[in-house]
Amino acid sequence: MIRLIGIIVGLAFTFVVLLAFIFGASNVIGQGYLVEKTAETEFHEHPKHLDLQSNGPFGTFDLQQLQRGFQVYTEVCAACHALKHVAFRDLAQLGYNEAEVKAIAAAVQVPGIDPNTGEATTRPGTPTDYIVGPYPNDIAAAAANGGKIPPDLSLMTKARHDGAAYVYSLLTGYSDVPPALTKQFPEFEVPTGGYFNRYFASLAIGMPPPLTDDQVTYADGTKATADQMAKDVSAFLVWAAEPNLAKRHQTGWAVVGFLLFATILAWFAKQQVWAAVKPKHEKA
Amino acid sequence: MSFPWANQYQPKAPFMRWLDEKLPLPRLVYNSVGAGYPVPRNLNYAWNFGVLAGFALVLQIVTGIVLAMHYAANAGVAFDSVEHIMRDVNWGWALRYAHANGASFFFVVIYLHIFRGFFYSSYKAPREMVWLLGVVIFLLLMATAFMGYVLPWGQMSFWGAKVITGLFGAIPLVGEPLQVWLLGGFAPDNAALNRFFSLHYLLPFVIAGAVILHIWALHIPGSSNPTGVEVKSESDTVPFHPYYTAKDGFGLGVALILYTIMVFFLPNYLGHPDNYIPANPMATPAHIVPEWYFWPFYAILRAFTADFILDAKLWGVLAMFASILVWFFLPWLDRSPVRSGHYRPLFRKFFWVLVVDMAVLFYCGGAPAEEPYVMASQLATAYYFLHFLVILPIVSMVERPEPLPYSITEAVLGSDHQAALGENATPAN
Repeated sequence: MIRLIGIIVGLAFTFVVLLAFIFGASNVIGQGYLVEKTAETEFHEHPKHLDLQSNGPFGTFDLQQLQRGFQVYTEVCAACHALKHVAFRDLAQLGYNEAEVKAIAAAVQVPGIDPNTGEATTRPGTPTDYIVGPYPNDIAAAAANGGKIPPDLSLMTKARHDGAAYVYSLLTGYSDVPPALTKQFPEFEVPTGGYFNRYFASLAIGMPPPLTDDQVTYADGTKATADQMAKDVSAFLVWAAEPNLAKRHQTGWAVVGFLLFATILAWFAKQQVWAAVKPKHEKA
Repeated sequence: MSFPWANQYQPKAPFMRWLDEKLPLPRLVYNSVGAGYPVPRNLNYAWNFGVLAGFALVLQIVTGIVLAMHYAANAGVAFDSVEHIMRDVNWGWALRYAHANGASFFFVVIYLHIFRGFFYSSYKAPREMVWLLGVVIFLLLMATAFMGYVLPWGQMSFWGAKVITGLFGAIPLVGEPLQVWLLGGFAPDNAALNRFFSLHYLLPFVIAGAVILHIWALHIPGSSNPTGVEVKSESDTVPFHPYYTAKDGFGLGVALILYTIMVFFLPNYLGHPDNYIPANPMATPAHIVPEWYFWPFYAILRAFTADFILDAKLWGVLAMFASILVWFFLPWLDRSPVRSGHYRPLFRKFFWVLVVDMAVLFYCGGAPAEEPYVMASQLATAYYFLHFLVILPIVSMVERPEPLPYSITEAVLGSDHQAALGENATPAN
């Protein structure tokens, strides 16, 4: 009885799902393609490869590069983007000493309260303050940027596929609309206030091209090409999103090494325990 | 119950004797996972996954309790409190990655445990109750994992919660009020997040209770084995300790190496980048996908795209739930007297087709809802239901199994002293 009911139920589900398949298949045959080709499916590109010292299981941070990246963030990105999960005190991890961290924090005005009147005011930052953006709230941020809030960058390299490589590619991926695109999709148009960028999902991004050669002057003498700055700020954002990355890799090797040793011991223990009952011909 | 030749617990230390008289807890452990539990001597590494699942449960409860000490279940601060754990709590990043990847570890070993059960027909009499409890545990595990994924309150948390609770909205008449009642609102918000946290903390202990029943039910007939031939005599078994504690210890080591590689070197590989974007009800992600362990069932849900008497969405919901509920009926759908797939040539072929079928569903469930993935998932869904509800019952009726060994001992040693003497003879020793 249960098998009879089972067969009926099974055939019912099969029938309905195959019906859906037939509709789907006839639809595909009718239109002659599987997925409609659009400017996005044809011209959106995967991120370029980006070599960083933090890549791979042995990855650590290049502190010089992180400091350069932080400089790019402060002088360029911070005009619009916040970094609200990072506090000034965290910058000590980039190799700045206590006095330098205090100076960096003090150079930024943060929202405060007047201790005498209780009125909202601003005060110089301290190491415990977080790196908030330039806008007092989301509405102000959206109003100043054509309706879109510039995203917080604290987790940017974890919040996109291929994180750091994506950021690097996006920063260096601005160009004119390629003629091949216009030829294939004449109706494609970058909306007003947008910029063509082949690494952005919709191909049109609201952020103007942010980097130009020699926009910043690096203290360590590295030539500040747009490409170099894009690399440095991507490396910095990897740190901002995952400050414990180097420690994680280091701990990981110790843990995996210990487990390998323990597992080899466990193997020999198992062999010894089982030796007595193993059949003779299957000598292990 | 146990076999008559099981070792008896004999406490040696005076304190243990005293304790054993008052509360025989050490005796319980001894008889459950110690030298007092005789286990077939021929278990292969496929029998390792139950112990690994038990380990995963403990791991998740321990890491989860510590995480809960630092997490705040409030829609306004949940996302930031997770970042607080990642950045400011001592070893918080290790705890969170261990817990998030621990869920994946749990599902990997549970799926292998279930497929072990499929191949060796572990669900058959006299172990039906073990199997039924196992399916209950799996359902509880899915609910717990789903609610846990909502807690970081990222984009996938929010939209996943919206899609999954939306499934209840497909139920005729009561669907919409039910959905609002479950969420405590018209969309996931603070009420939903808070109750999900409460339930996410509760359910693991319900699972622990169900696991105890699962092991209890197992210990009545004793463990199955790769031949599917039941234990006949003492020479068929070895005590769980030290034989299987040693073997499982090695298996646990291998599993932990793979797990820690994920935790320390690829901690976000199995997650979705969108969950590092705070929940935003106004911005729908391009592709809403659940965690990888739900992909096969998500593919089944999305495979039903045509209305037929019922709404397509309702068909999808019914099929998704049915795809797991059908496992409850396995002991009665598969009537072959032979358990092990090793001796069932026809069943074995269909088993491997099912494995491939599940892999296709898995892949399609993680892919965007466009062709050719939808068509592939429709064919795979059709096979899924045919396999369990039509093919299994028919195969078990028409199949001619291969000859079984007389006993486990014969399968291992090539001959069994007992077999020559006859079933009811008493061995000389």
